[in-house]
Amino acid sequence: MNASVQTPSTLSAFISLIKRDLMLSYRHRNELLNPLLFFVIVVTLFPLGVSPEKQLLQTMAPGVIWVAALLAAMLSLDTLFKSDYEDGTLEQIMLSPHSNALLVLAKIISHWLVTGVPIILLAPLLGLFMFLPGEGIITLMLTLLLGTPILSLVGAIGMALTLGLNRGGMLLSLLVLPLYIPVLIFSASAVDASMAGLEIKGQLYFLGALLVLSITLAPLAAATALKISVE
Amino acid sequence: MTDAVAGLHLKSISCTRGYRDLFTNLEFELCPGQVIRVEGKNGSGKTSLLRIMAGLAQPLEGEVLWQGRKIHHAESDYFQNLLFLGHRAAIKFELTPVENLCMAKSLHGSKTENGIEEALYQIGLYGFEDIPCAQLSAGQKRRVALAQLFLTQAKCWILDEPYTSLDVNAVSMLEGLFAKHLNNGGMLVITSHQPITIPAGEQRKLVLPNTQLEPLI
Repeated sequence: MNASVQTPSTLSAFISLIKRDLMLSYRHRNELLNPLLFFVIVVTLFPLGVSPEKQLLQTMAPGVIWVAALLAAMLSLDTLFKSDYEDGTLEQIMLSPHSNALLVLAKIISHWLVTGVPIILLAPLLGLFMFLPGEGIITLMLTLLLGTPILSLVGAIGMALTLGLNRGGMLLSLLVLPLYIPVLIFSASAVDASMAGLEIKGQLYFLGALLVLSITLAPLAAATALKISVE
Repeated sequence: MTDAVAGLHLKSISCTRGYRDLFTNLEFELCPGQVIRVEGKNGSGKTSLLRIMAGLAQPLEGEVLWQGRKIHHAESDYFQNLLFLGHRAAIKFELTPVENLCMAKSLHGSKTENGIEEALYQIGLYGFEDIPCAQLSAGQKRRVALAQLFLTQAKCWILDEPYTSLDVNAVSMLEGLFAKHLNNGGMLVITSHQPITIPAGEQRKLVLPNTQLEPLI
């Protein structure tokens, strides 16, 4: 290549894509609030609907909080590629000389930063609502820290596949929810185990393995699916 | 590799939409300094052809080669040399022109000596750098997208209706830019429903669904 040609490195494209997406989310703050409010409302409705009894809420807490987090993550997926698809930015990303999978990973990371991280930060508060003990809250946050990136990564594949469809919402849940189930099972069981004073390493290792697996494969799958959707 | 075309080579491309054949066995070469104007009625497949040339869509048959290699070949540097601007301008309304161009620049690569401010000045958006694109007019939004032409280093420009909602001044400025690009050994594929007068380059036109290129003028 010509020496005077200075193509910006993939890393700088990666970082500036994350920055741009964070800036866009900041200018659309209200849209981000929706899944978070959903998360909080679902969890706070349980004591009202079921029973305010401490014992009962404590046993339900891990499952309820995790199910709510899962559904909130699904709700937030809608914003992941939609606007880029509609205004043609996605085409430009696909035409970029940089690795498409890495650029897609950048989009997923910034999506997780604005949807996953707030869920992790809100979780202790909701844990208190549900009378979760201290060790339970810490485990809850740990499992969310390992689990929410998986939700974003796996969700990105589903979102990429259903992008070109007019009403992809239904199909998206059918595609993605079964893949979310292992995360839900291991996370809820880890929180349960920690409240019972048992070892939680096994579940955390499993979540970690799932995270590594999805971080390696999901961007590739999502990038390929996006290519088909853009066509 | 010795007989490879120095630019873009379309080999017996066919394309269908639904059950309708848009064009079959389209074959041409695009070499440095050449322009191809793609014309045709609405729905005759102009955009489909441009998207095939840009590698965004797969043709039903045939292949697109860049310097003798398939454009998606791992060693092909086609995407470093391609600038495709489609109907959808890839402009974020929430971002300012500078922020939009920053993103485009880092996605595609660009001249180092020609900055974003400079590009906006040349495209006639001086003073609008920091205004969110949502507040710009349709023509100004188009100009933000077209400002990429000043930043890019790409040799092959594929432009789908670049003149949409531009005023007369902007059109003549663009034509000057195209001439400069062609004189520097660039290639251009363009569709437009408006008359185009580029004062340089070897010009041909393709009127779909005919697959024969005709010399212009």
